[in-house]
Amino acid sequence: MTVHQTASETSTHELRLGNAPRGFIGTIVALQPDIAGAADSGHELERHLLEMGFTEGARVEILHQGAIQRDPIAVRVDNITIAVRRREAMAVVVK
Amino acid sequence: MTDADVTNERFHLALVGAPNSGKTSLFNALTGSRQKVANYAGVTVERKAGAFVTPAGRQVTLLDLPGTYSLRGRSPDEEITRDVVLGKRPGEAAPDLVLCIADATNLRLTLRLILELKRTGRPLLVVLNMFDIAQRRGVSIDVDAMSAALGVPVITSIAVKKAGVEQLRHRTDEFAANMPAVAAGDGWTPLSLSEMKALQREADRIIRETVTMPTKPDTLTTRVDAVVLHPVAGLAILALILFVMFQAVFSWAQPLMELLSDSFGALGTLVAQVLPEGILQSFLQNGLIAGVGSVLVFLPQIIIIFLFILLLEDFGYMARAAFLMDRIMGGAGLHGRAFIPLLSSFACAIPGIMATRVIDNRRDRLTTILIAPLMTCSARIPVYTLIISAFIPAETVWGWINLQGLVMFGLYVAGIGSALAASFVIKFFMWRDYQPAPFMLELPDYKLPRLKSIAIGVTTRAKMFLQRAGTTILSMMILIWFLASFPQAPAGAEGPAINYSLAAMIGKFLEPFFAPLGFNWQITVALIPGMAAREVAVGALGTVYAIEGGKEAADAIGQALASKWSLATALSFLAWFIFAPQCASTLAVIRRETGSTKWMVVTFLYMFALAYVASLITYTVAKAAGLG
Repeated sequence: MTVHQTASETSTHELRLGNAPRGFIGTIVALQPDIAGAADSGHELERHLLEMGFTEGARVEILHQGAIQRDPIAVRVDNITIAVRRREAMAVVVK
Repeated sequence: MTDADVTNERFHLALVGAPNSGKTSLFNALTGSRQKVANYAGVTVERKAGAFVTPAGRQVTLLDLPGTYSLRGRSPDEEITRDVVLGKRPGEAAPDLVLCIADATNLRLTLRLILELKRTGRPLLVVLNMFDIAQRRGVSIDVDAMSAALGVPVITSIAVKKAGVEQLRHRTDEFAANMPAVAAGDGWTPLSLSEMKALQREADRIIRETVTMPTKPDTLTTRVDAVVLHPVAGLAILALILFVMFQAVFSWAQPLMELLSDSFGALGTLVAQVLPEGILQSFLQNGLIAGVGSVLVFLPQIIIIFLFILLLEDFGYMARAAFLMDRIMGGAGLHGRAFIPLLSSFACAIPGIMATRVIDNRRDRLTTILIAPLMTCSARIPVYTLIISAFIPAETVWGWINLQGLVMFGLYVAGIGSALAASFVIKFFMWRDYQPAPFMLELPDYKLPRLKSIAIGVTTRAKMFLQRAGTTILSMMILIWFLASFPQAPAGAEGPAINYSLAAMIGKFLEPFFAPLGFNWQITVALIPGMAAREVAVGALGTVYAIEGGKEAADAIGQALASKWSLATALSFLAWFIFAPQCASTLAVIRRETGSTKWMVVTFLYMFALAYVASLITYTVAKAAGLG
C-alpha cells in the first residue's frame, strides 16, 4: 500500500476537502485540524472528524453542496454520507 | 440461581448505539407500550425506560440511552450514555448487559464504538440490526467470524420481525443465567487521539475480514438525494412538505375536532339538565367540561403534527432538512442542528428546548433556546384556530388553497421569520466575535418508517399532552372559573354576573395597559391564565364569555367572539400570540436548561416586548384600514 501511495502522490496533488468541487473523488491523506476559522480547535475537531469516519485512507466523494456559497457539503466517506461545512472540511487533506 | 431469583431479581439492560442505528425501533419492539418517558434526575435528558419479560419469566428493565458515536461525552446526552454504561450515574442501576445496536448496513462507525465500549469491561451483546436490508443490498457478514474478532457475542436482528426480537429475549435469558462477575467502569479513561485512530483501524480490519460490501451503494438513496439535496429543488421540496403539513393540520383534523367539540357540548348540556341550577352546575358545565373540552379538541391536530415529525425523522429526511437549512440558518447565526429542535418546537417548545442538547456549543445552544418559543407551538393552534375560524372566511383562493390554511401558514411564517431575526440580533449584539460550532451530521440512508414505532411515538406524545390537559390546564381552568364566578353578583344586580367577579377586577385593572392593542378586559383576563399554558387562553375566553352569556356552550366561543370583537382586535390578538410570552412551563425549562434565572427573565421580557409592539402595530394599522 505504501508503495502505491508514493507512486500516486507524484501524479496527483494534495488539496483540502473544503476547497474541492462537487463531484470530487479522492482519498484522505491526513487530518490537519489547526486551521484558522474552524469552530472546533485542534484536537477537538480532529476527534470529531475521526468519529464521523474521516480517517486516513478513507475514500471521499463530494456528492452534494448547499445553495449558498456551495456550503455545506455532503461527503461520501467510504460507505456513509456526512454533511459537513466547508470550513471544517478544510482540516481534511485529500488527494 | 433458583427459580425464585429468576422472577424476583430485575435484570438491567441498556441499549447503546450510534444515531440512526434503529435503536428506538428495537426498543419499541422489545417493550411495546410498556415504556416510560421521563427525565434523568437533575438534568433534562430524556430518559426512556421500558420493561419486558423473558421466556424464562425474568423481569427485564430496558434503558434506551441517547445515541452516540463515542463515549467522549461531548453533549449532556452523550454524558448520560457514558455515565450509565460506566455505572457512574447516581440513581441509575449499572447495566448487567449492554446491548450495542449496530446498523448492519453501516458498520464502520459503530464497530469503533463497540471496541470502545468493550474497554469499559461491561458485558456486551452486539445486535446487528436491519440485517434484512443489509442482505437485500448485497452486504454479507460472517457473524461468527465477527463475533470472534470482536471478542463479543454478535446476533442479528430485524427490529420489526417477531422472531428476531424473540431471539433477543432468549439471549438475555441465557446471558442472565450465567452472569459473569463484573468489575466495570473502574479505571476507564477517555480515548486519546492515537487510541481512537488505533480503534478505527482495528474496526476497519475486522470489517475487511468479516464483511463483504456490495460493489454498488444504495442507489435509491443516491437517486432520491440527487433531487432532495438539490440546491433549488431541495428547498422547494422542503417548503412543500411544511406547507402540506400545515394544510393537513387544518383539513384532516376538522371532522374529529367537530366530533369532540359536539360531544363535550352535549355532555355539558346533559349536566345542566340533570343538576339543579347553582354553583355546582356552573362549575361542572362552564368550568370543568367546557374547559377540558376546549383543550382536548386540539388533540387531533397535535397527533397530526407529531405524526409528520416522526415520519420525516424515520424516513431519514430530518438530517437532510438540517443540511438544506444550515447556511440559511447560519446566516441568522444558527447552527444547522438547531433545525431539528426548532422544528420540534412547532409541536411544543419544551421538547424543542430539550432537544437543543444535540448542539454541543453553549452559545449556539443558548441562541436556539432563546428563539425556540417563537416557533409556533401546538399550544397556539387552539388560539389560531379559534380566531381564524371565527374571523377568516373559509374560502378557496386561486382554485385550491384554503384561505384559513393560508392565514395559518402566514402565522407560522411570521413566527419563523421573527425567530430568525431575533437570532440575528442576538448574534449581532451579544456574540459578535465568535465562530459558530462545527456542523457534522450523518445523512442516513432512507428507510421506510416502522409504523408500529411511529404509532408508539405518537401515542407517547398524545399521552403527554393529555396529562398536561388533565393537570396544569384543568387546574388553571378551575382557577379561572373561580376568578370569574366569585364574588357572586349581589341580588338584583344588573348586567352579567362576571362583571362583579375577581376576574373582572384584574382585567379592568390591566385594561388601560392593553387598550392600545384593542384588547378588552375579557381578553386581558384570558391572557393571565394563558401564562400557565397558551391554549388555556381559549378555554378562559370560553369561560369568560360563556359565563357572561349565561348558558352559552363552549363550542360557540368562536361565534361569541365574532359578534363581540372587531376584526382589528382579532388580528391584534393573533399578532400577540405569534410572540405571546411563553407559558410558565417553557420558562421553567429554560431556567433548567440554561442553569440561570437570568435567561428565563430575558426570554420573558423580550417576548413580551415583541408581542406588545406587534399587537400595537397590527391594531393601529388595521384600525387605520377601517377594520376597527
